[in-house]
Amino acid sequence: MALLTIENLSVAIEDKALLHGVSMEVGSGETHVLMGPNGAGKSTLGFTVMGSPEYKVTGGKILFDGADITAESPDKRAKRGIFLSFQNPVEIPGITLSDFLRSALEQVEGERIKLWAFKKQLKAAMDVLQMDAAYAERDLNVGFSGGEKKKAEILQLLMLKPRLAILDETDSGLDVDAVRTVSAGIAAYRESCGGSLLIITHNTKILEALQIDRAHIIADGRIVREGGAELVAEINANGFEHLTGKGAI
Amino acid sequence: MRQKTQVADIDRSLYDFRYDEDAADFLNSGITPEIIREISEEKNDPEWMREFRLKSLEIYSRMKMPVWGPPVDGLDMRNIVTYIRPKSRMNTDWNNVPAHIKETFERLGIPQAERESLAGVGAQYDSELVYHNVRKEVAQSGVVYTDLESAMHDPKYAEIIRMHFMKLVPPGDHKFAALHGAVWSGGSFVYVPAGVKLEIPLQSYFRLNAKGAGQFEHTLIILEENSDLHFIEGCSAPKYYEAGLHAGCVELYVGKGAKLRYSTIENWSKNMYNLNTKRALVEEGGRIEWVSGSFGSHVSYLYPMSILNGRGASAEFTGITFAGEGQNLDTGAKIVHNAPETSSHIDTKSISKSGGISTFRSAVTVHENAVGSRSSVSCESLMLDGISRSDTIPAMDIRTDKCDIGHEAKIGRISDDAVFYLMSRGMDEQAARAMIVSGFAGNVSKELPLEYAVEMNNLIRLEMTGAVG
Repeated sequence: MALLTIENLSVAIEDKALLHGVSMEVGSGETHVLMGPNGAGKSTLGFTVMGSPEYKVTGGKILFDGADITAESPDKRAKRGIFLSFQNPVEIPGITLSDFLRSALEQVEGERIKLWAFKKQLKAAMDVLQMDAAYAERDLNVGFSGGEKKKAEILQLLMLKPRLAILDETDSGLDVDAVRTVSAGIAAYRESCGGSLLIITHNTKILEALQIDRAHIIADGRIVREGGAELVAEINANGFEHLTGKGAI
Repeated sequence: MRQKTQVADIDRSLYDFRYDEDAADFLNSGITPEIIREISEEKNDPEWMREFRLKSLEIYSRMKMPVWGPPVDGLDMRNIVTYIRPKSRMNTDWNNVPAHIKETFERLGIPQAERESLAGVGAQYDSELVYHNVRKEVAQSGVVYTDLESAMHDPKYAEIIRMHFMKLVPPGDHKFAALHGAVWSGGSFVYVPAGVKLEIPLQSYFRLNAKGAGQFEHTLIILEENSDLHFIEGCSAPKYYEAGLHAGCVELYVGKGAKLRYSTIENWSKNMYNLNTKRALVEEGGRIEWVSGSFGSHVSYLYPMSILNGRGASAEFTGITFAGEGQNLDTGAKIVHNAPETSSHIDTKSISKSGGISTFRSAVTVHENAVGSRSSVSCESLMLDGISRSDTIPAMDIRTDKCDIGHEAKIGRISDDAVFYLMSRGMDEQAARAMIVSGFAGNVSKELPLEYAVEMNNLIRLEMTGAVG
């Protein structure tokens, strides 16, 4: 049984239909990539799986570990082990990254975390991402650069160790070095808990260091092509145009 | 009858409890000169104090209720029992405090707080101090921390009290100051000699416990030159069914080069009328820092005033107000720049939810002589739903152009994106909103001693319960 099963999912925001009958499966421990041009519905899929109230499911369902989670609130999904790395993480003034992470960890694990153990774990994770320890005591995402925000998202991934991580355009706006650091973080996540990945991107640089099990191409709210890692190479060479019948990204 | 111009009327009535001294019909308060004499006798007041009380009552009888702020017509003065004396007498040994009173205080965390290195605890139960203790080292440094009533009878302090009592907040200031002058009872007297810097904060806890009882404690703090003190005033009261009144008065004298930090967390029960007056006079190079959290009460009027009276004096006000269902909290700060090169900073946050109303009022006055002064006012409001209300009423009266004045105000709501972001990390909606609100209040909790910061965050969490739906 797949970890994540999306069955014939249709999604709308207000009255605008964004996804039309999308189906896909992500198995336990697998790495999937979801690619497609801008506006194809990639982020919509990520937000819908996470349970954003802004996106309305108009048809189909989402199963996680066999349970129908289509109507569940985001916090319940998080507790089941779903994680979404945001493209534009929200700034929360007055709450430090460290305090936030500790609360989140306590929510997901359902028990109080000892401060000392937490600090040790946090330090190790920040080292992987080459983050200055001072960031832990800064307000969550407040005044962080684009790259720092992405690193802070991956830091959460490393700390929370979800069963399924959806990374929404984590590589966008990052320079080469930052992409390398973020990739190292993703690899460390895989090693630490063997969680599944669904990587949303329209770029392939972040995928270079990863073993891709399956690639899904989405256009106009529909899956137009699926395949193995070779599909990523094909897109690298030819772009999306020949797959979608539209202009390149 | 004195007539004022329309303009002067608006100007003054904005921030002071000032009214025409009219032949008011508001005498039906249940407070008579006989009652005042009884209180005075019971307390064994010195002669001047008995006269002071009677004169204050007279002023009180002539003044009108405030009409410019939240309504106070639910306050029935005839029902307010102004003086309720507890069964117990002053105790300096915790073991001698009666069990039921002790239990109440233990629930408020006072003994622990003391064990955890607080310098002294003065806890007010009803109208008199029942428990009082100052650590030895504090007493040895010459610092006096006692109740005002016994200090008044101590020949060492009698004169200094007479010189300062209600000189900063005269009974004629407003109706409730006059009432306070007539019926005040209990409170603290702190005297810090020149050059003494107290490392540990002094703390007091005020509390109402009798149905319908008003509380009129008076706090008088005098800091001599170059001394340093942190005083923490904590207030809480249990829930009653009748309207209660708190009309306390705080007078702070900050000498040359001295520094006073005055922290308060007020959590009066939701039927209290909190009409409290706080004022500080700061001499040359001195500094007053207010940290103020207002959570409770049905109605609050609270605008601590700092009078910067000597060159280089400074004031900082950090405050938070949280108005929930049925609450109308009118809070803010007043600053008077009355000397050159004085500086002030006001930084407030207000939160309203479930139909609560929070109003921020500030008044900054810069007199002609206050050249080279600086003032900045910043207020941020957060409304947690569509039925709550938040108002900002900043006033500035600047009489010199040789000064630097700034003001900024922000009003906002909790964004859905932020709630979703936190929920995606496992927090339920209520916890997510509470976290955002705690963060919003973060600048205030950072200014508080740890145990108070924890208490404030607990209060926010408590207030946020049921905020979703």
